[in-house]
Amino acid sequence: MATIAPQKIATVFRRPEATTGFWSWITTVDHKKIAVMYGYTAFGFFIVGGIEALLLRIQLAGPDGTFLTAAQYNGLFTTHAVTMIFLFVMPMASAFFNYLLPLMLGARDVAFPRMNAVSYWIFLFGGIFIYSSLFFATNPAPLGGNLPGGALDASPLGSIPNGGWFLYAPNSGTQFSPGTSIDYAALGLQILGIASLISAVNFIVTIFNMRTKGMRLLRMPVFVWMTLIVAFLLLFSLPIIAIALFMLTADRQFGSVFFVASSGGDPILWQNLFWLFGHPEVYILILPAMGMVSEVLPVFSRKPLFGYPAIVFAGGAIAFLGFGVWAHHMFSSDIPTVAQAAFGLSTMTIAIPTGIKIFNWIATIWGGRIRLKTPMLFSLGFVALFVIGGLSGVTHAIVPSDWQQTDTYYIVAHFHYVLFGGAVFGLFSGLYYWFPKLTGRMYNERLGQVHFGLMFLGTNLTFGPMHWLGLQGMVRRTWVYSADTGLGPWNMVVSIGAFIIALSIFVFMVNWTWSKRKGEIAPNDPWDARTLEWTIPSPTPEYNFGVEPTVTALDDFWHQKYDEDDEGRAVRRPEADELVDRLIEANGNPTTEIHLPAPSYFPIIAGFGMMLLAYGIIYHTRPWGIPLIVVGILMLISSLLGWGGEPLEEVHEEHLDGQGDSDHDPGSLDPNQESTPRELAGVED
Amino acid sequence: MSDIVHDDLTESADDHDSHGHHESTGVDNRKLGMWFFLSSEFLFFGTLITNYLLFKGRDFGPGSIYPVEFYDIPFTSISSFVLLMSSLTMVLAHAALVRGDQNQTRTWLAATGMLGLVFVSGQFFEFTEFVNEGLKLTTNPAASAFFLLTGFHGIHVVVGVVLLLSLWGKSVRQPGGLSPEQGLSVELVGLYWHFVDIIWIVIFVVVYLIQ
Repeated sequence: MATIAPQKIATVFRRPEATTGFWSWITTVDHKKIAVMYGYTAFGFFIVGGIEALLLRIQLAGPDGTFLTAAQYNGLFTTHAVTMIFLFVMPMASAFFNYLLPLMLGARDVAFPRMNAVSYWIFLFGGIFIYSSLFFATNPAPLGGNLPGGALDASPLGSIPNGGWFLYAPNSGTQFSPGTSIDYAALGLQILGIASLISAVNFIVTIFNMRTKGMRLLRMPVFVWMTLIVAFLLLFSLPIIAIALFMLTADRQFGSVFFVASSGGDPILWQNLFWLFGHPEVYILILPAMGMVSEVLPVFSRKPLFGYPAIVFAGGAIAFLGFGVWAHHMFSSDIPTVAQAAFGLSTMTIAIPTGIKIFNWIATIWGGRIRLKTPMLFSLGFVALFVIGGLSGVTHAIVPSDWQQTDTYYIVAHFHYVLFGGAVFGLFSGLYYWFPKLTGRMYNERLGQVHFGLMFLGTNLTFGPMHWLGLQGMVRRTWVYSADTGLGPWNMVVSIGAFIIALSIFVFMVNWTWSKRKGEIAPNDPWDARTLEWTIPSPTPEYNFGVEPTVTALDDFWHQKYDEDDEGRAVRRPEADELVDRLIEANGNPTTEIHLPAPSYFPIIAGFGMMLLAYGIIYHTRPWGIPLIVVGILMLISSLLGWGGEPLEEVHEEHLDGQGDSDHDPGSLDPNQESTPRELAGVED
Repeated sequence: MSDIVHDDLTESADDHDSHGHHESTGVDNRKLGMWFFLSSEFLFFGTLITNYLLFKGRDFGPGSIYPVEFYDIPFTSISSFVLLMSSLTMVLAHAALVRGDQNQTRTWLAATGMLGLVFVSGQFFEFTEFVNEGLKLTTNPAASAFFLLTGFHGIHVVVGVVLLLSLWGKSVRQPGGLSPEQGLSVELVGLYWHFVDIIWIVIFVVVYLIQ
């Protein structure tokens, strides 16, 4: 057996060596482990955000609710939104990006494995930072008044950020929000933005540079395309919100007056900057789900994806147009009529590429031999519910109509149909579809279908009636309504629907936990799929591909398995099963030396330093504030220099030694055995 | 028979061309990453500059003062010239490295860092003067926008100086000077440095000269 490679590198910290257990997760740079961490963290936040939603719905179930105070209600709807958008949907999408990008492209890992780990840790500490407001932040009453329903600070949950996820000025200024809770939200979002920006660069470079032989751009799976588009959206929208949040933080912490109207500041500027980021953000949330659905629908219809280039270009068009529609969030603000007309028009044009996608998906299913497995059900649910949300979205493009709807539950209904009925259904579709790839086992199909049924019912019960509640005039972000409005019955239906969704999520958790350990062993290629990740063993070996794949067409794997008959229908080749087994056998038994990036402590240190820095900025007037800033910056710099400063020459020699070393222990690699990378490392020094 | 080796080598998973996986575009991962990062930075400064243009001529009531009244154009011209020259020395550092002249690389890297420091010192002096004369971050939104814009540019210069000096430190410490791998780092820092320079040219023209 090859010896474990001794550590030659002298750095401040001992080099991480653990490959299993706690420390292996802390130091990992493996895209699959990072994806799993993203997934579980995001799901944890999903549960938290869901509980917040249930608390809101208990309060609103009947008229004159007394379950929550106004202050608690404000805090809960703010953190519900922040959690679901930034701590659940985005990182859950990132989990899929991380896991699937290298597999779909035929690569060993992402382009920058350690930066990938940095993204995760910054995201995690950003989430912790925002939720630490529960313990550390304050929400004292603004000068000249208090909210009805009790003192702000006194109640439990009273200290969480309460300005809405959009943090509108001037409400987010020190005059109306004198406590620190808004600072937690603003700096927390800043931290999460940095994590996303790093990921975006990483994913773009991965997609452009890590494609396997023959994987031309227009042979990439749609999911990869949507990831690329999302990464560009992040790249160009995040700097805008970063500046806006810096301005807000400077206003609150250092006395600048950007949004202080009494000093000549401009609160509307906040709205412009926020939505200039905020609207691309909604496409950042939905496009990953669209990518997953575009993978699932053809597989379960046993047909190629209809109009692949059209779907790809429509995704790009949505992203491009998405930068030119932000003012439709502000029609009731003081913006010129011409601008309202222009933005109304540009908003309507979004419907064109979206329509292209929908019709292509329908054409994909059309005439297919459909298998109604759980992933397919969720994808079909996605298409149906997203159409409803998309149509109500078009009504917002009509300015006078929007004036009636704005700040009512009609808007809440709209964006929950696209984000819950859309993005979240897409994510669950993906979770079921790639479950065998992740775990090597099958989920329980019956429970999966129960989950879908309950969730589909719950979604429509929850968000459907919100349309008419909104049109009847029920306003958003108000913690109570009186009985004589007649809004009570439908609100009760909505609240019942919310609990049905919660039940469906519980079913999902049972299914996941049980199937992960006790589920049937997944067959090779369980779905008769078309993309490269199904040509390797499940669960994915640490090195991904034993043999670097070569691609000759779009859906190459599928074309190897299927032929066309005289009428143009797909017919499975007789030798297909054998081919799949052979591919998976080969990919599980690599014959060449494989180089994987080494684990590192530095990513988690960088993430932690970022969090300390943010605390330091909030408390910079306290005696320990400045030291916190200094420590945070030092941790950041030392971790960056730490990994950048590893003596490259020395390792390079080790590397060459490894290459020239021919005295390896045969059979040191058995993919079925729980072997650890260091044991596998055959480098003799 | 096979091996899995965990590379301690560099950031990039497929840096080692000898192991089969070429960059699909032919451009090094890190260079491509830097380009895309800089494309994001353009939006960052674009937002800051727009922000300043939005506020610079607004009426803030009687007796309001504007950054433009405080500019010392000759002074800022000189510091701009210093920063511009640092781009030249950066190019010289890279060219020397390509020639394999480690001594000159070292010299020009240090020179670039020093010029950057001179620029930042100039900015520090400028800020101090402005504050003494009564233009503060808190004065009005135009002043806030001015300080935020030039302040963030200054932070970028400082980051660049740290990167340059760490490269310079390596070239001094390592017996053989910078390795070919680190040569790429010089190029990357160069890209970043030129970007910071270009942004300053835009700021100098749009904010200082066009009044």
